[in-house]
Amino acid sequence: MVTVTTDARAVAETVTDPELPMLTLADLGVLRDVSEEDGRVVVTITPTYSGCPAMDAMRADLVHALRAAGYDEVDVRTALHPPWTTDWISVEGRRRLAEAGIAPPGAAPRRAEGPIPLTLGPTVRAVRCPRCGSADTEETSAFGATACRALRRCRSCREPFEHVKEI
Amino acid sequence: MSFDNVYEALTGDGDARWAFGTGFADPLNGVDTTVPPDVDGADLAAYCLMLGDDALIMSHRLQEWCTNAPELEEEVALANIGLDLLGQTRLLYARAGHADGTGRGEDHYAFFRGEEEFANVRLAETPRGDFGDLIATLLVFATWRLALLQRLIPSRDPVLAAIAAKGVKEVAYHRDHAAQWTVRLGDGTDESHRRMQAGLDRIWPLVGELFTAHEVETRLARSGVAVDPAGLRAEFDAVLEQVLTAATLRRPADVPPDPGGRRGLHTDALGPLLAELQSVARAHPEATW
Repeated sequence: MVTVTTDARAVAETVTDPELPMLTLADLGVLRDVSEEDGRVVVTITPTYSGCPAMDAMRADLVHALRAAGYDEVDVRTALHPPWTTDWISVEGRRRLAEAGIAPPGAAPRRAEGPIPLTLGPTVRAVRCPRCGSADTEETSAFGATACRALRRCRSCREPFEHVKEI
Repeated sequence: MSFDNVYEALTGDGDARWAFGTGFADPLNGVDTTVPPDVDGADLAAYCLMLGDDALIMSHRLQEWCTNAPELEEEVALANIGLDLLGQTRLLYARAGHADGTGRGEDHYAFFRGEEEFANVRLAETPRGDFGDLIATLLVFATWRLALLQRLIPSRDPVLAAIAAKGVKEVAYHRDHAAQWTVRLGDGTDESHRRMQAGLDRIWPLVGELFTAHEVETRLARSGVAVDPAGLRAEFDAVLEQVLTAATLRRPADVPPDPGGRRGLHTDALGPLLAELQSVARAHPEATW
């Protein structure tokens, strides 16, 4: 039996994202709530994308970390509303992404009422190269190695890099 | 999962496995799935299956492009789009199982229903042709689905509303992707223009079905739960006109709709697709790994 030394929230906040391991689930904005009732911990997380295949791994990692800290009964629940947005990535999370060579997202699109406007040309975003800092970068693909990342390249230092795309 | 090796991952505490029938957590675990009192649960379930089937079958067609796409970035993009749609499928199937009171899970709906029980629009099952065919299909599908999901956000079923709100963000990227390819191919070389136009001409007879309501849709739209697809036509036409004009493509002539898919009447293409999709699950119905 492990002695409970830390509160459940603090434990859950140390768990990192399986695909962006430089970020905690808290920094990513995926960890929505942690509560304790009669020794039972209820953790609420929200998916980044509907098909995010890392959700099961996140649940397992949360249960594993909390059990290791002495919480035997852990229930990981899903919240769908409000939908996750990259605006929930913390300042610290953005710093860590950039440090790892992944450009953090800009502000998520604010959509007015009515039909969503179509983007026919290349998307122009002010994304800085995480390696050399140049703002002269271009998108090579809106879809990358995971649902949340796009591929870009820097026109100054010529390096390709990833970018957490805004949603 | 942060395992040191794959064997540890497979023999671990069993919560993080990656195949069908392996105890995936209910994707709606923890969500309040109470059906609002004046909403018909059977209708709501049927409607969730329609939208889920559209997404599953389209996702399967996209997955067929893995290792066949013209370039690596496109391969990744199509897989991502397919994965988004698969995620929407899982949520919608889970909602259906709660709404019809049977508690059936996503595996049941995906793997253990027959062809006549699938209610997807026939556009989604169009067999894989060339890249022009795919882009034409994806452009039409994503434009229609985006308009639909956006109108579902105020649905009186809060779960459906939440699923739609997530989906809108995803499908907006899918539509842009297909639209940008349509312009690049249509306004490209003579050959790419010819094949993009041929792709549109090929799938256009299936467009009318997208805007023809099934009686479940009509009933639920009346009570503010669903969307009457007829109301999506104006937005669809406006978006298509914008894309086709930029792409120097001709809009094919409309043909009278043949709304069979929502009633389980499909083209010859769905049977073989399901046979492949369901073969492993049906061969080993109790298997876990």
